[in-house]
Amino acid sequence: MTNSYQNKLLRVNLTTGKISTEAVNQEYAREYIGGRGLGTKMYCEEVGPNIDPLSPANNMYIMSGPLTGTGAPSTGRWMVITRGPLTGTIACSNSGGEFGAEMKYAGYDGIILEGKSEKPVYLWIENDQAVLRDASHIWGKEVPETTDLMRAETSERAKVACIGPAGENLCKFACIMNELNRAAGRTGVGAVMGSKNLKAIVVKGNKPVHVPNKEKFMEAIIEATQTLNANPVTGAGLKAYGTQILINILNQSNGLPVHNFRESGTVELADKTSGEYMIEHKNLVRNKGCFSCVIGCGRVTRTFKPYEAFGEGPEYEAGWAFGADCDIYDIDAICQANFRCNELGLDTISMPTTIACAMELYEYGYLPKEDAGCDLSFGNAAILKELVEKTAYRQGIGDLLAEGSYRLAEHYGHPELSMSVKKQEMPAYEPRTLQGIGLSYATSNRGGCHVRGYMTSPEILGIPEKIDPAVIEGKAAYCKLFQDLTAAVDSAGFCLFTTFGIGGDIIAKVLSAGTGYDYSVEELLKCGERIWNMERLFNMACGFTGADDTLPTRILKEPQKNGAYKGSVSRLPEMLPEYYELRGWSPAGVPTETKITELNLKQM
Amino acid sequence: MGKILMISPEKCASCRNCELACSFAHEDVFNPAKSRVHALIWERLGLGVPLMCMHCEDAPCMEVCPTGALGRDTQTNGVLWDKQKCIGCKLCVSACPFGNASYDVETKRVLKCDLCQGDPACAKVCPNKAIEYKEADEGVLAKKALYAAKFKKVFEEVE
Repeated sequence: MTNSYQNKLLRVNLTTGKISTEAVNQEYAREYIGGRGLGTKMYCEEVGPNIDPLSPANNMYIMSGPLTGTGAPSTGRWMVITRGPLTGTIACSNSGGEFGAEMKYAGYDGIILEGKSEKPVYLWIENDQAVLRDASHIWGKEVPETTDLMRAETSERAKVACIGPAGENLCKFACIMNELNRAAGRTGVGAVMGSKNLKAIVVKGNKPVHVPNKEKFMEAIIEATQTLNANPVTGAGLKAYGTQILINILNQSNGLPVHNFRESGTVELADKTSGEYMIEHKNLVRNKGCFSCVIGCGRVTRTFKPYEAFGEGPEYEAGWAFGADCDIYDIDAICQANFRCNELGLDTISMPTTIACAMELYEYGYLPKEDAGCDLSFGNAAILKELVEKTAYRQGIGDLLAEGSYRLAEHYGHPELSMSVKKQEMPAYEPRTLQGIGLSYATSNRGGCHVRGYMTSPEILGIPEKIDPAVIEGKAAYCKLFQDLTAAVDSAGFCLFTTFGIGGDIIAKVLSAGTGYDYSVEELLKCGERIWNMERLFNMACGFTGADDTLPTRILKEPQKNGAYKGSVSRLPEMLPEYYELRGWSPAGVPTETKITELNLKQM
Repeated sequence: MGKILMISPEKCASCRNCELACSFAHEDVFNPAKSRVHALIWERLGLGVPLMCMHCEDAPCMEVCPTGALGRDTQTNGVLWDKQKCIGCKLCVSACPFGNASYDVETKRVLKCDLCQGDPACAKVCPNKAIEYKEADEGVLAKKALYAAKFKKVFEEVE
């Protein structure tokens, strides 16, 4: 059947140098869609739970979705499935950019990487030709220079996914960058690539991506595009201000954490780091879209003295983390540090939140001055760039920062000061204000993360309906629904942001028109649920239990000090039993045999 | 007046939806390599420039073509390629000063914009109006107005 899969995978063994191709198992494709789902399915079948994420025994699945490379709106996503070194959980890191689509045009739905190369190498793929080449001369280079050198050696039109020094130095939250500024950012997938001595994947192709029926596909994508364009968030807000539009919204909603989550709520100065301010302050040069995107939330930005630089971003979570979380309100310093993360290949959420944790440890004297090597006080904007660089190169305090906030805080005897879940840092939404986001963080299969069920959508933005952030009633059901839908959306290749504007019905219609399989909304959600449970089963096989579905003590025990939600803590313990029940899991959070059978899964 | 394709690179978000729409309209598949329009992207600057056949009044491709395979369409005023007359010499590809005509070795065809019979797919899908298909004077007037506004501002300040 002709459909939007290329029906081919490239398998590369870095130990032996063997390169081969194989067909996509279409039965799996139907049940797991593609991308995150299909990649995780293959990972679980091929790699056991008892491996070290940074050892040659770990595999990486670089996957596109079935819609990646088509003209369906905002579907240029690609993702990396592996076991992550930061959390030890299944790690799926999702990126925009152009790399995923180019991989499809070269004829592949995905690339499987096994083993470890003896020397630094890069993978060069041009349609049916794939070779491993020496990368000794590129090892150590930052992302922009690597990208330029790779193109000079291959083709100016090639797309480059690479690691920076952070990935080479096995920083636990290193990312894989593509098109300079787009990142498979979280969970440390860049370190896994670094551990394999793989510097870059360079791809160029000129093959078509087909759909089964032109008219049917056209009809589906026109409906999706028109709905996205008409929506105030996807058609206007994100275009005009990028995700930084959220700074003021969260600030006004008392949902903006400050000082490593010690306080939260409304901060007068936060406006100076907002998307609106970035326009007024002339930071914004223009907006940019990933491949096939109709939203274009990306920001091309510049900064001014003494932090003069040029790059892209920040996203809201990075803007908040380098900003309010570190008590810093200098947008130029924030942007510059964000640019350096992109150039060095570091996650722009875990990096600054780890700095915020270090700042609190420093304030209490747990992290001594001689270790810090600089003034680590909250609010010190001048040290951000230096700390980012030290982390990527593991110099001085950077060697500990590169381990993430949990291991840093544990090293100084105070792991409770790490604002993380399963050792991955929580992003920019206060769980004592947004009760639902707390549940979403605690139950996320890849640790603290906002894009595994974006509860901010109903709790703050009122999409699809406004629900009170403070109540817990109905949150478990919403959380499950969002987690399942997100798993399906990711797997299809859609950008999660499309769900602000289009629902499961339109997504199912576009996916059906692309794959030729007839997905109903119910089946789409069932696929999502299957993927979610598979990730859960893998994590449990790795030793995680329901006891890991928790939040930092601060969030559960320390009442909020100010703002409209003063006195509140996260009511996670009340929400969790309902969530487990809705999931069809035991009271201890274990998927039951009935659920496993219903989803056509296997115990791991 | 007739409609023309107007390009505004300052509005281009580098999403390449134009390439996708073009290849789908002409080839029934998604394949930027077969698109008649290309967004050239300078990643370092975050800048994209969409380029396609400009349908020149004094079209070098038309002049150089030995068989008259490139001709003026009376309806759209576009320069169209005629498969029947083409001998595949590729002189048009060499003659185009912009590189906006390419040759598809696989199918032995010249790939160039045909204005989609007066309803260009690229302009329809561009989310940022970096490509527009509109009356020539209208398009230019908008740019003039933008520039005239600067004068207006100067005089306002003086007053």
